[in-house]
Amino acid sequence: MVSRALEVVIIAFSRLCGLLLLGCVGTIVCYLLYKGMGAINLKLIFGDTAPLQALLLRRQVFDGLFPAIVGTVSLVLLALSFAVPVGIATGIYMAEYSQARCKRFFGFFFDVLASIPSIVVGLFGFSVAVFLHHHLSEQIYPCLLVSALSLAFLVLPYIVRTTQIALESIPMAIRQTAPALGATKLQNIFYVLIPGSLSSITSGLLLAAGRCVEDTAVIMLTGVVASAGVPKSIFGQFEALPFYIYTISSQYADSGELARGYGAAVILLIICPILFGMTFFIKNRFGRQAPYSI
Amino acid sequence: MKIGERFSEKIFLLAATISVVATIAIFSFMILLGLPIISAGHLIDVLTGSWSPDHGVYGILPMIIGTLAISSLSLVFAFPLSLGCSILIAVLSSKRISLLVRKTVWFMTGIPTVVYGFVGVFLLVPIVRELFGGGSGMCILTAALLLAILISPTMILIFVDSFERVPRSYLMAVDALGGNRIQKLIHVILPCSWQGILTGLALALGRAMGDTMISLMVAGNAVALPRSVLDSTRTLTAHIGLIIAADFDSLEFKSLFVCGLVLYLFTSIMVIMIRRLDARAGSRVW
Repeated sequence: MVSRALEVVIIAFSRLCGLLLLGCVGTIVCYLLYKGMGAINLKLIFGDTAPLQALLLRRQVFDGLFPAIVGTVSLVLLALSFAVPVGIATGIYMAEYSQARCKRFFGFFFDVLASIPSIVVGLFGFSVAVFLHHHLSEQIYPCLLVSALSLAFLVLPYIVRTTQIALESIPMAIRQTAPALGATKLQNIFYVLIPGSLSSITSGLLLAAGRCVEDTAVIMLTGVVASAGVPKSIFGQFEALPFYIYTISSQYADSGELARGYGAAVILLIICPILFGMTFFIKNRFGRQAPYSI
Repeated sequence: MKIGERFSEKIFLLAATISVVATIAIFSFMILLGLPIISAGHLIDVLTGSWSPDHGVYGILPMIIGTLAISSLSLVFAFPLSLGCSILIAVLSSKRISLLVRKTVWFMTGIPTVVYGFVGVFLLVPIVRELFGGGSGMCILTAALLLAILISPTMILIFVDSFERVPRSYLMAVDALGGNRIQKLIHVILPCSWQGILTGLALALGRAMGDTMISLMVAGNAVALPRSVLDSTRTLTAHIGLIIAADFDSLEFKSLFVCGLVLYLFTSIMVIMIRRLDARAGSRVW
């Protein structure tokens, strides 16, 4: 009898949990859409400036999200351009070249790097910039480049891991075909192994891009500011969407600014799940159709 | 050709070394810049003192307590929720509902932290303020509730994964003995996946401690020692985020690196724990 009661309790409990979870997500999404959808239009992004003029960088946008969006996009591209080559090369080394002991040793460091709180990475970037400012050149201060480098540190372990796992999960039969035909190790990697795991590697990159877009803590310490306009060079300060949302939530002057904050939150809420959704799509759609299936 | 082969291996090794050096560099930079405090014997003062820069006291104890309070409370909320949801996904519900909940969880992993914080400030904070009366509504409880939603997906995905790794033959044995799905859950699935559950807990705790934006936005950032869950508090991460001093020689700036070190050590311990658990799970023969 007791076990029957327990069963009912467990079933009820887990259904309740499921409902609670769906309820929370539903509330968050509906609340944001309800408050922010009205604010989403061209004016939200370009303010009073003509869109074409802003896009050609002829005129500054003062009361729109355009500079923040440009800042975020350039930040993500710059960070990925540092992290992707190093990350993929490291992944190849881990999967194809390293010995078991070396692999465990390196793997430990990547796990630690992946778990470091982003604010600590930000503090690191900030203090390196300040250190160089004092000891090397007065010209160096927290800027777009420092932010991008710190972000690259943050997403590096994700790229390494996904590349490594993607390469390692290629079946032995495919792995040995090219060498049996006389291909060198390098040829095998570039003509067989990487093309065969391209979809997993791509989804890892998208995941890293998503982390770059959403991260606020790192850039907060390394050069993002509330108003800087479109970044002029990689040594200048910049704006970014997540930081804009944070500033609005802590200090908004009027209801117009608050509405822009909601608009920005909706935009970010849409961008990030799209990036994450694409990773799952790529994995499910192409993951099983490796070009060299047996 | 031979030269190209060897050269490329060197390049790959160089990349791997860069990645490892990055990890070590962050740690040694924290140590190097926090060193003056440690060697001058201030470490105990900093770790156990209170924060009042006007009196030249730069203790970070309130922030350590704040971090521990918020992250453990959020785990208390999130653990039952995640366990319930993962049981629902992996064991109880029909395929369609299971997929719906699973897709929601995937979607949640993509929601930016700052968006959670934003909704928290304008939706959850007023609710907590009304319900518990008085105060600003920015307190440990609010931050813990929001963090619980943030860390649940991590836990759920790992729990579900470990539930589904239970060998089919075990489950079929229960079926053959006439056991129902709840008996299967209690007597087979849960005992078999305790390592996965611990791994999920450790990962979620690491995420909760390392998160900056939620505690920065909704925990109130008071530097006093919190006395109840309705008190405002400041976490180590928010503390680092709030300081703008850039004077290398000030004790205030140096104490930040002690904060960073404490966080670094906390999360590294989690990593070591998780790797231990993984190694055990890997070596076990079913």
